[in-house]
Amino acid sequence: MSLAETEPGQTCLVTSIADTSRIRRRLQDLGIVPGTRIECIGASPLGDPTAYRIRQTVIALRREDALGILVQGGAHV
Amino acid sequence: MSDVIALAGNPNVGKSTVFNALTGMRQHTGNWPGKTVESARGSFCHRGKTYELVDLPGCYSLLSHSEEEEVARDYLCFDAPDAVIVVCDATCIERNLDLALQIMETTPNVVLCVNLIDEAERRGIEVDVELLSRRLGIPVVTTSARSGRGLPDLLDAAAEACRRPRCAPAEGPAPEAMRYPAAIERALEGVTGPVSAMIGGRADTRWASLRLLEHTDGFERAMLDRWGIAVEDHPDVRMALDKAGEQLAREGYPLARLQDAIAEAFVLRAEVTCLGAVSQPPAGSDTRDRKLDRLFTSKLTGFPIMLALLFAVFWITIAGANVPSEMLADALFRVQDRLVGLAQDAGVPAAIWQPLILGVYRVLAWVVSVMLPPMAIFFPLFTILEDFGYLPRVAFNLDRAFQKCSACGKQALTMCMGFGCNAAGVTGCRIIDSPRERLIAIITNNLVPCNGRFPTIISVITMFLVGGATGLAGSLAAALGLLLVVVLGVCMTLLASKFLSKTILKGMPSSFTLELPPYRAPQVGKVIVRSIFDRTLLVLGRAVVVAAPAGLMIWLLANVQVGDASILAHCTAFLDPFARVFGLDGVILMAFILGMPANEIVVPVMLMTYLSQGTLLEIADANVMADLLISHGWTWVTAACVVLFSLMHWPCGTTCLTIKKEAGGLKWMLISIAVPTVMGLASCFAFANGARLLGALFGWAV
Repeated sequence: MSLAETEPGQTCLVTSIADTSRIRRRLQDLGIVPGTRIECIGASPLGDPTAYRIRQTVIALRREDALGILVQGGAHV
Repeated sequence: MSDVIALAGNPNVGKSTVFNALTGMRQHTGNWPGKTVESARGSFCHRGKTYELVDLPGCYSLLSHSEEEEVARDYLCFDAPDAVIVVCDATCIERNLDLALQIMETTPNVVLCVNLIDEAERRGIEVDVELLSRRLGIPVVTTSARSGRGLPDLLDAAAEACRRPRCAPAEGPAPEAMRYPAAIERALEGVTGPVSAMIGGRADTRWASLRLLEHTDGFERAMLDRWGIAVEDHPDVRMALDKAGEQLAREGYPLARLQDAIAEAFVLRAEVTCLGAVSQPPAGSDTRDRKLDRLFTSKLTGFPIMLALLFAVFWITIAGANVPSEMLADALFRVQDRLVGLAQDAGVPAAIWQPLILGVYRVLAWVVSVMLPPMAIFFPLFTILEDFGYLPRVAFNLDRAFQKCSACGKQALTMCMGFGCNAAGVTGCRIIDSPRERLIAIITNNLVPCNGRFPTIISVITMFLVGGATGLAGSLAAALGLLLVVVLGVCMTLLASKFLSKTILKGMPSSFTLELPPYRAPQVGKVIVRSIFDRTLLVLGRAVVVAAPAGLMIWLLANVQVGDASILAHCTAFLDPFARVFGLDGVILMAFILGMPANEIVVPVMLMTYLSQGTLLEIADANVMADLLISHGWTWVTAACVVLFSLMHWPCGTTCLTIKKEAGGLKWMLISIAVPTVMGLASCFAFANGARLLGALFGWAV
């Protein structure tokens, strides 16, 4: 599944970044590599983008970019 | 020659605060990523020696391709500072270490400054400085630049680092080299020899080899520009690179995978370095931030709170600025009378003192008294919101709308800066990575009214649309009117962005990552001092510089007679038929044209022209002013058209020049003039004629 499918409060582990992602490098700079834990925090009032907790920081990603981050898990914490 | 120390770091880690604290300079700081868009320079003295400090733009890495990152990378590589201070945020050291590790590959003379340590302590994060330093092999200093804590130690460490040679690490802790997967290390071995011979000690060989191997954007070009070295002139290097590339591809590292592996190596090394050296924040340490986020960004409360805050800022500005504005005007105009008296006593010819005092001085006095009080209130309020960390939430809330217009959510930030000053907003557009989206933000910035246009809009609203209410009701109504005008401006910004991205700036919305930094308690005292000195006086100074010659010109236009009337009267008569089509009149249009150097003088120029006076006129009583305008044919339609046109017309002179510089050309400046002007004329035309039509149908007086 992709990061875009996680619900607020869920935590997941990154498995890979899709080859089609337009911002591979940027995501890697933010510390998103296979094995990174990401927690979904919540969407903006208009539904997109969504805020995620990544390595102690909160980063907002647009849905289209979150679709390019493949994850597993999705357990409620 | 003094030693040069570079200051690097991720965006929004307090790098500018460290810079200001060390140099005593006033680089603008605020709680949102990307304030420093070009490298600022300053100097400081430490133990009798002078050092030069270069503040590099904030960046997440040296490997990426945004402008800031290339600037930082090229500086570190090609300008070879004697030492580098990498500033990182103590509340998220792990992510910040990425950049530190990358910089350590370019030079061993790195000092890690763990800033915002007070913030981390408050959150219960513990940092083992000794262990970090040992693992990284560089000095680590904790600081809280806002309070000055730890800065002497930082200076000592940086001075010490400057004394070490740049390339070969001396005794003491030596940075441990990054290790990559074995296949990459093997490939590197085959390349470093020829590369070393080619660059001849100009930069770290291993680092340069890696950049060549992974085809880092712009690196070969920069090498040619700065060193005059072309890889093509060194067939052995090209051959070694090709061979290494093939070998890597065979061993599972084609180019894309190689880049991934290098990026991942840094992330993992950062993770391992922090393990046990930096404690995880206790669960729930950011509960307050998340609660605030829910308040500021939830479906239910996000937008109402945004509007309420904007309204509150406008209301405090309007209500608070009234009295000081009048006092200032009184005082400055009294000085004018004194000056006139002095000039007459001294026997200065009227042809000299009149243009200087009644022209230049009077316009300056006007601009200062109308602009200074609202700015001195607005900028601190705005800076408090900025310091608190609210602005990124605005961008977060509005991004969807900008995305729909194929623009960038960070445009919301530059738009907010435009409230203060459009020229500042245009400069701020550098935080937008995509050149296309940056141009859109630049061209549309003028569609939010700046501080200089508030007085025009407020006075017209007060006179015609509030209905003469005074006191609390008056200021509340004026603030509400201004809020509606601003909301209209935001809608027009979105409309224009959409139009531009469908026509001359075609393209898809690019990706966007926005950091939502932790909320910080604003330092109110410092904010007030800082925003008055850094922003208010700066903007005021700029306005004064352009308004002075404008004052002279306006005086000449109003006082030089050609035939039976002044040049000004001829101009307004000429413009009148055209202006009437748009619900305005010749005087109003001429006032906007003359207001190009400084928008504040639009209303006084109008009054002066209506009364055929030779100098700018101040009428304190709104009712007297309204009567005067009505006697010159104003109706509520005229008033509404003036507000619309004030919101949407050509940018002021300073903004135009800034656009030319930022967008890189006259063409974009002309487009930036045309877009809002056409929108303004079209809106006025539609409104005036719509109202006239409806009026004719229903028999209203318009």
